[in-house]
Amino acid sequence: MNRITQTFQTLRMQGRKALIGYLTAGDPDLKTSERNIRLALANGLDILELGVPFSDPTADGPVIQAAGQRALASGANLKQILAMAARLRRSFKTPMILFSYANPLFRYGYNALCRDAARAGIDGLLVVDLPYEESAELRTPMKRHGLLFIQLIAPTTSPERARRLLAEADGFVYYILVKGVTGLRKRRVLPPQADPPMAENTKKNIDRLRTCTDLPIAAGFGIGDGAQAREAARHADAVVVGSALVEAARKGRLAELVRELAAAVHGV
Amino acid sequence: MKHEPDTRGHFGPYGGRYVAETLMPALIELEQAYRKAVKDPAFHKLFNAILRDYVGRPSPLYLAERLTKAYGGARLYLKREDLNHTGAHKINNTIGQALLARRMGKTRLMAETGAGQHGVATATAAALFGMECEVFMGAEDIRRQAPNVQRMQFLGATVHPVHSGTATLKDAMSEAMRAWVARVDDTFYVIGSVAGPHPYPSMVRTFQSVIGTETRAQILEKTGRLPDMIIACVGGGSNAAGIFSAFLDDSKVRLVGVEAAGFGIRTGKHAASIGAGRIGILHGSKSYLLQDDDGQVQNAHSISAGLDYPGVGPQHAHWADTARVEYCSITDTEALRAFDDLTRLEGILPALESSHALAEAKKRAHKLGARATIVINLSGRGDKDLDNIVSYKQKHRKH
Repeated sequence: MNRITQTFQTLRMQGRKALIGYLTAGDPDLKTSERNIRLALANGLDILELGVPFSDPTADGPVIQAAGQRALASGANLKQILAMAARLRRSFKTPMILFSYANPLFRYGYNALCRDAARAGIDGLLVVDLPYEESAELRTPMKRHGLLFIQLIAPTTSPERARRLLAEADGFVYYILVKGVTGLRKRRVLPPQADPPMAENTKKNIDRLRTCTDLPIAAGFGIGDGAQAREAARHADAVVVGSALVEAARKGRLAELVRELAAAVHGV
Repeated sequence: MKHEPDTRGHFGPYGGRYVAETLMPALIELEQAYRKAVKDPAFHKLFNAILRDYVGRPSPLYLAERLTKAYGGARLYLKREDLNHTGAHKINNTIGQALLARRMGKTRLMAETGAGQHGVATATAAALFGMECEVFMGAEDIRRQAPNVQRMQFLGATVHPVHSGTATLKDAMSEAMRAWVARVDDTFYVIGSVAGPHPYPSMVRTFQSVIGTETRAQILEKTGRLPDMIIACVGGGSNAAGIFSAFLDDSKVRLVGVEAAGFGIRTGKHAASIGAGRIGILHGSKSYLLQDDDGQVQNAHSISAGLDYPGVGPQHAHWADTARVEYCSITDTEALRAFDDLTRLEGILPALESSHALAEAKKRAHKLGARATIVINLSGRGDKDLDNIVSYKQKHRKH
């Protein structure tokens, strides 16, 4: 069984929620990045999203844009990132998802990519700008190599569309909490009880999504601290944190933040 | 030959819709609204009336006799898109999209711009229809095209400088897509070229096809036959797609698309996506793209801000593969010489973008001979480029 599916089954049996963490591979260079990822994995991540840097990240906010630029400036590329994944796999059993824009994967070649990613111990792919309609080309080799295609669902996705997209989805659903790019907002996305309408909206949307699929639901975009993570974990099966981890890694506070988030998510 | 894409927006292997899921429902909604609008005679009636009374169409087809003599060969006709309101072909498309936005109940327009022509044209349409307007423009282009920035601001648009990457058109488009994701409910994204996700490439070509339709009628009236060749510059490729659209099935009419060779293809500092790029995915569609071996998008270079883009519309990629259109490229220096030629010989200041098409005509006119006719799409006027040209010439005098 794929490690992602296995992880969610185990957590479900234990009645626990999952913490999914994103870090840009190669930020600010491969060596530092690998050290940071090991730190995050050792401190409580249940699933890792390994970000492939791209020159034109149209769905990312300033923090992940800057991380990608640092990684590219250091010369990081997909081949080296897969080699890093293989090294991580030797030390950790944690599921790893390659998180990328379509073009670096397309240029590498979808067949070669799926073969090499599976060999490196990657469990799934999440391609931000590859909607369901364009994904057939990639899904075929993914299936052959046992990689899961993680489907994104947005607040703009209608229930009919969600049902159609999720009919073939694997592992879990990534639910995007906000209309917008990745990163923290000035206004908190999931304010604590003080501002119930936003939180209620999230609950409503996630409840609605449950009627479209039996897959576990991970909620992400705009979650940065324990309180927000706890709030999201009350409704979703997993919480995704990206920009806040990238920032914390830069400030040397990564382990601390991962522990805070893990405690919050696992405590729900 | 089939000119429309398949139901998911593919021209052969190119095109499609490569965007985040958040935008997919908006694109599907746009496609449905667009399909309905183009079938509605009332929409066409209104669109054509605005093109006539406000934009000033039809634009003339002008026989440039002194230029013809100087270039020594085929008779050169200029399709005068520079005479449109706002000074370029861009307005045809922004009027079309703004009308569509209004039908869809959107109150805000948003656009990316390189040379500023599309930004000005969008801001103009927004003013005309009483809509809000936000324009994303690379900080480097803001420097190169200062007069257009001021025009947009006078028209009531907010201009957002984009500092990421090379701070040019590619980065402005990335930033516009990010902004659209956040305001997708009330905002209509007016893309200025035949690029982007489906249905933009075919929609923009349709709104620009008026250039081709008029040219065909005008050349038949003036010469009694179709032209031997049509030349247009290609950045994203909207003016070229517009003028080519009426001649695609006339296999005897040679269609020539001119990309920007910048400092020269060999220097690597150019914008020739078809000439020197490889297939890739950027800004919502699959097409030829300037990129490195790792799939990272490379910076384009051209003296002309409007051609300074590392990608090209997906239908152009398909036309290149099927050899319906010949693509070639012109350097900064060649374009500047053609700019001087037209200015001195005809009293017309062409945009630097259009100067690339003129420079290609210079190379081809004598080969075709005096009996032949060439139509050059003069897509815009050069007033916006004057500062840029002056500083380029000063720099090169020093070397």
